[in-house]
Amino acid sequence: MTRVLGWLAAAGLVIGLVMAFVIAPREVTQGHVQRIMYVHVPTAWVAYLAFAVVFVASIVYLARRSATADRLAHASAEVGVVFTGVTIASGSIWGKPTWGTWWTWDARLTSVAILFIMYLGYLLLRGMIDERERGARYAAVLGIIAALDIPLVHFSVYWWRTLHQPPSLMKPGGASTMPAPIVAALLVNLAAFTLLYAYFVARRTRLLARQQQALA
Amino acid sequence: MISYFARAWIVARKDVAVERRSKETLNALVFFSLLLVFAFQFALGPDRERLAQATPGLLWLGFVLASLLGLGRTFLIERENDCWEALLLTPGDKSAIYVGKLAGNLLLMLAVGILLVALFTLFFNVNVFAGMPALALVMVLGTLGVASVGTLFAAMTANVRARELLFPVLLLPVLVPVLLATVKATEGALAGEPFGAYAHWLQLLAAADVIYLVAGLLTFDFILEG
Repeated sequence: MTRVLGWLAAAGLVIGLVMAFVIAPREVTQGHVQRIMYVHVPTAWVAYLAFAVVFVASIVYLARRSATADRLAHASAEVGVVFTGVTIASGSIWGKPTWGTWWTWDARLTSVAILFIMYLGYLLLRGMIDERERGARYAAVLGIIAALDIPLVHFSVYWWRTLHQPPSLMKPGGASTMPAPIVAALLVNLAAFTLLYAYFVARRTRLLARQQQALA
Repeated sequence: MISYFARAWIVARKDVAVERRSKETLNALVFFSLLLVFAFQFALGPDRERLAQATPGLLWLGFVLASLLGLGRTFLIERENDCWEALLLTPGDKSAIYVGKLAGNLLLMLAVGILLVALFTLFFNVNVFAGMPALALVMVLGTLGVASVGTLFAAMTANVRARELLFPVLLLPVLVPVLLATVKATEGALAGEPFGAYAHWLQLLAAADVIYLVAGLLTFDFILEG
């Protein structure tokens, strides 16, 4: 099952690469640099998805005390942090030629950076507690608080300042402005990265289960 | 069996009594606040204009730094003489303990906040009286926000390795919205802007307070058990 997921993800990524580099046209104003979007947007999406999964799994853990939910939260947080890191890095590489700077204190950059730090702290807390049951409980509480904090961070930082280009795919109240091949390439990559996320989490959850088995 | 609020009141009264007799945390925080004023002065130089501009940010940065020191100690006192076990043995909803601890912390941090405002008025020559009612509101809402998450995280880190390291690392990123909102609202209040110009920051602050408080009440039980 996991293996199938892995092959699906790999196939999706290959198709996504072909779509991004061959089929999608060169963007008129930004040129080839714009193709970073096919990595940047999917990784950002996966990061938010991963933290949403942490939130739900944390609630399930506190309600049912299921070790599976705890492992899912742990694995998802790890994968989420990695993808948040990739989002920041790819955004930085994209920002240099288009905005002329690696980093700027724009609203969305800042809120993603805060997310990154928040969930790094989550992983740090997990690493600091040796007792499995207590670590799981504390991490679940933190996973819930962090998720509830996301909208607050988002709003506060948005009011603080914004410079980022508005989202081009799911614009509130209006059709997408992107040509069809670009949309198709983006959607394929979104699907491929979501599969990759599922594969990583499945692998990591199983590894955590084995680890706990070996230590028990 | 005594009521929920009676139990919360007992915890708060005990903490206030301990603090009143030992004055451990408050003394240290008063001294720390004074040191902060010196440090800010050295960092920015004597330029009065610049200090006035930076005041809202420095005020709340100072407040958050003082909270990191003060709130992190909330549950340390319970580790002596097996007090922690006694807390665990209390009947009924454990969140009453959270409410009690939070009340004690609110009192402590409000005192520190007022002290910081007084120090800024005195040393940086900031006119706080013009924006006073609004500033007081920001102070109350901001303190509630910082203290509600701080109390929860203090309980979480009390029995963890590298506690003094983990507490600020967990608390600071979560407090970013509170910090931003308080700084912006204080900026507006001190500049004498009309209340409507920064009311949205106060709304955000109130929303944050409600979210943190409800989350704290609901999750505190899980931290204290075991």
